[in-house]
Amino acid sequence: MAGAGGGNDIQWCFSQVKGAVDDDVAEDIISTVEFNHSGELLATGDKGGRVVIFQQEQENKIQSHSRGEYNVYSTFQSHEPEFDYLKSLEIEEKINKIRWLPQKNAAQFLLSTNDKTIKLWKISERDKRPEGYNLKEEDGRYRDPTTVTTLRVPVFRPMDLMVEASPRRIFANAHTYHINSISINSDYETYLSADDLRINLWHLEITDRSFNIVDIKPANMEELTEVITAAEFHPNSCNTFVYSSSKGTIRLCDMRASALCDRHSKLFEEPEDPSNRSFFSEIISSISDVKFSHSGRYMMTRDYLSVKIWDLNMENRPVETYQVHEYLRSKLCSLYENDCIFDKFECCWNGSDSVVMTGSYNNFFRMFDRNTKRDITLEASRENNKPRTVLKPRKVCASGKRKKDEISVDSLDFNKKIL
Amino acid sequence: MFARGLKRKCLEEDVPADPVQRQSLLDMSLVKLQLCHMLAEPNLCRSVLIANTVRQIQEEMTQDRSWCLPGPQTVGRAPRDRLMSTEILCRSAWAGPPPAPDPADLASALQVVPAAQAPRASLGGSWDRAGPGESRGGFPRSLDQVFETLESHGPGAVEELFSDVDGSYYDLDAVLTGMVGSAKSGPEGLETFPHPASSKFRWVNFLKLSFICLRQYFVLRYIF
Repeated sequence: MAGAGGGNDIQWCFSQVKGAVDDDVAEDIISTVEFNHSGELLATGDKGGRVVIFQQEQENKIQSHSRGEYNVYSTFQSHEPEFDYLKSLEIEEKINKIRWLPQKNAAQFLLSTNDKTIKLWKISERDKRPEGYNLKEEDGRYRDPTTVTTLRVPVFRPMDLMVEASPRRIFANAHTYHINSISINSDYETYLSADDLRINLWHLEITDRSFNIVDIKPANMEELTEVITAAEFHPNSCNTFVYSSSKGTIRLCDMRASALCDRHSKLFEEPEDPSNRSFFSEIISSISDVKFSHSGRYMMTRDYLSVKIWDLNMENRPVETYQVHEYLRSKLCSLYENDCIFDKFECCWNGSDSVVMTGSYNNFFRMFDRNTKRDITLEASRENNKPRTVLKPRKVCASGKRKKDEISVDSLDFNKKIL
Repeated sequence: MFARGLKRKCLEEDVPADPVQRQSLLDMSLVKLQLCHMLAEPNLCRSVLIANTVRQIQEEMTQDRSWCLPGPQTVGRAPRDRLMSTEILCRSAWAGPPPAPDPADLASALQVVPAAQAPRASLGGSWDRAGPGESRGGFPRSLDQVFETLESHGPGAVEELFSDVDGSYYDLDAVLTGMVGSAKSGPEGLETFPHPASSKFRWVNFLKLSFICLRQYFVLRYIF
């Protein structure tokens, strides 16, 4: 999707679709997406353990950021299915998260993780190759030594661009439970990985050990009532990170306070609205994603029905709440029955922290402008896939008379979920 | 700040309010937990959320029942059966690789039953939640739970169950056969047992009784 500026209103147009539009192969289902810091590269991870990186066209970058098309840059198999012999369990190769490292030299680095293992990949370009060897022919075969009569120095000549991905580090065997988040620290040397019950701190150079910084596993597993759902480092303070839980709380921890950050520095929790209380209150309050704003002043959380923006200085309630699909509140029992209530959605900030975006069902995605308080619902449908098609805003009507162009709640397709 | 134009609903229309709907929600949740249990590696977040929901429903059902007069046994029996199986399902779903319940934990369940006197808080929380009104009901509930689990594990499970139980308080031979004997054997026997007036003595006695019942139950069960 590309946004084009037009006065105060941003129009969203369809730009490209990548991947097989018609085929619905299970391994191709995209499980995570992440832009790099400049926006030039887009990495996607899928259920089959592959990572595909798209690069924005170079030529258009000068004229207009928004019109640059993305083309496949590199594809590699990041994770393979494994078998844990000790527990007799298969470890899925599905990529749960990808995070880019800030670029320090010509190569790009990213971290990709499945349920158990995190890998650091180096993606480098090769556009020159040495030619003119003394002892080898151009195709690599060794020359007959008796035919060598002159000496020449090999020179680098341009060649077709080749992008190589190589695993540089493998961080394994540190998680008993499924990894749900990775986050790179602002010191660019360490990163954290979080599973359901523990968070570990790693150094990018050291693979054979990690520090456990949060452990919420109770001594008796029967007392378990809460799990970690997401974790992220603060964008500016290298000692601060947050983690969210299945009970709708976010804990901010300071690594300077103690080695094991089981005691939070701040606890963010909104008191429950008694009028909305039900058996499903806890499930829908479970936070599926937490993201700091670029400024570092705010953080955003996504639970099942809403997006909340918190000021780090205020713990007792969020400063802004946006309802993503409030029309689902009356359908919670059915959504519990078909397991949709356990779906996890992500959320993200735009570059200036003025707009936030999150996904919904029926291929809808929602954007909320924090300044104008306006929101818009757009559909990422296959029918609209002509380039530059302006996306029409969509509306869902919860009950009563359905207006023209509106779609009713019951005809939403819950299999079409945006990440 | 809410999105413009949207009102927050006061009541949720789809939430089951009456007992029948609540029961069906409980059944659905238990089925889900069971399905989680069947997976080799259950999704922990999902299991925890479903288990918490089940607990919440159970609490409400218990609260409602404690307000009602005690009805016919058959009516009360069925939901209680369902209540029992939750803990096993929860435990099995989260225990990690070996799905079989830990024998030591089940044995400790018997200890915790007299909730007011429970020395170990480990399982105390889940039982205590029943409230003071249920402390009498707690005794048969715990035994039934153990029976159900043991049935699923076969006749050899009894010995296995108590094999690595903490010996200081419940040496099986001493408790089941030796209590009377050692009381007669003199001072050395009496030293190993707490003073008759102490709460520990009452508690040990209670344990002894429950072990005897348990053993009898299995003897009878496997005969018939």
